[in-house]
Amino acid sequence: MTASEFFHMGGYAFFVWSSYGITTLLLGWMFISPIFRRKQIIRELRTKYRQQERQQQDNPAEN
Amino acid sequence: MKLPAIVNKFSSPRNFYSMSGKLIPWFTWGFGLTLLAGLYYGFFVAPPDYQQGESYRIMFVHVPAAWMSMFVYMVMATSAAIGLIWRIKTADLMASMSAPIGAAFTFIALATGSLWGKPMWGTYWVWDARLTSELVLLFLYLGFIALQASIEDPRNAARAGAVLAIVGVVNIPIIHYSVEWWSTLHQGPTVTKLDKPSIHITMLIPLLLMAVSFKLYYLASVLMRGRGEVLRREQNSRWVKDIVAAETQSGGVK
Repeated sequence: MTASEFFHMGGYAFFVWSSYGITTLLLGWMFISPIFRRKQIIRELRTKYRQQERQQQDNPAEN
Repeated sequence: MKLPAIVNKFSSPRNFYSMSGKLIPWFTWGFGLTLLAGLYYGFFVAPPDYQQGESYRIMFVHVPAAWMSMFVYMVMATSAAIGLIWRIKTADLMASMSAPIGAAFTFIALATGSLWGKPMWGTYWVWDARLTSELVLLFLYLGFIALQASIEDPRNAARAGAVLAIVGVVNIPIIHYSVEWWSTLHQGPTVTKLDKPSIHITMLIPLLLMAVSFKLYYLASVLMRGRGEVLRREQNSRWVKDIVAAETQSGGVK
């Protein structure tokens, strides 16, 4: 089988490669996005905790 | 019904965080290796189909995605039910985190089925029982996600979602048996039947490799999603504060 025969997929190239393309894009994105999401959550929590600390330092009487 | 203390301890959000951190690399490697093996076997070893030529190679993503669309739904409904009955936070978490992945598999099953249907049936879509019930599954996932997103209180969101997920289970046998109960363009089962699978072994091997691969993908990706979300949900716990501090110190998150 030559490379061009392989990509041609017996005339079904559009259908076969679109199927694999959609699957790769969607599953790939669903796999990678949680990595960034987790880091984003940690950044948000860090900001929140720092604000809480600052509030406690400003108003020590409340605690 | 009360659960033994060990179950509660094991299923604690904190334990989920550390366990998932250990498991994710294994699932990811397993996923990658079975994927490569499945794709290699599916494209270079399995012969063209005698009727469908090369187009049938869509099967190696279509069928595992369709299986996963139902499998993930059952996992989601089961963990939602466990969360509802025993109030286990990690079970609620698994249910919520499974939904987008299940929706993605359902979308892939529908899209690749459509792309396979066009050259083989002459149409991208027909409103027959199999295709319609699979579309209903997509709407169940999207409904679950939208419902949970619309409720502020996490406890109530989990409860409402669980009821929807459990009621929706009725659709799963309908999808599976749709090709037997109604006349349809979609072919009947060739692998998941009591009789011997009516598919040649050289096509069955890559199909099963891809099915295993997708299952490991789900495990890795649901844990990765949960690992972020659990920090958000448990943000008032001491251990989450420690993790955020440790990630900052190690430079893991800048």
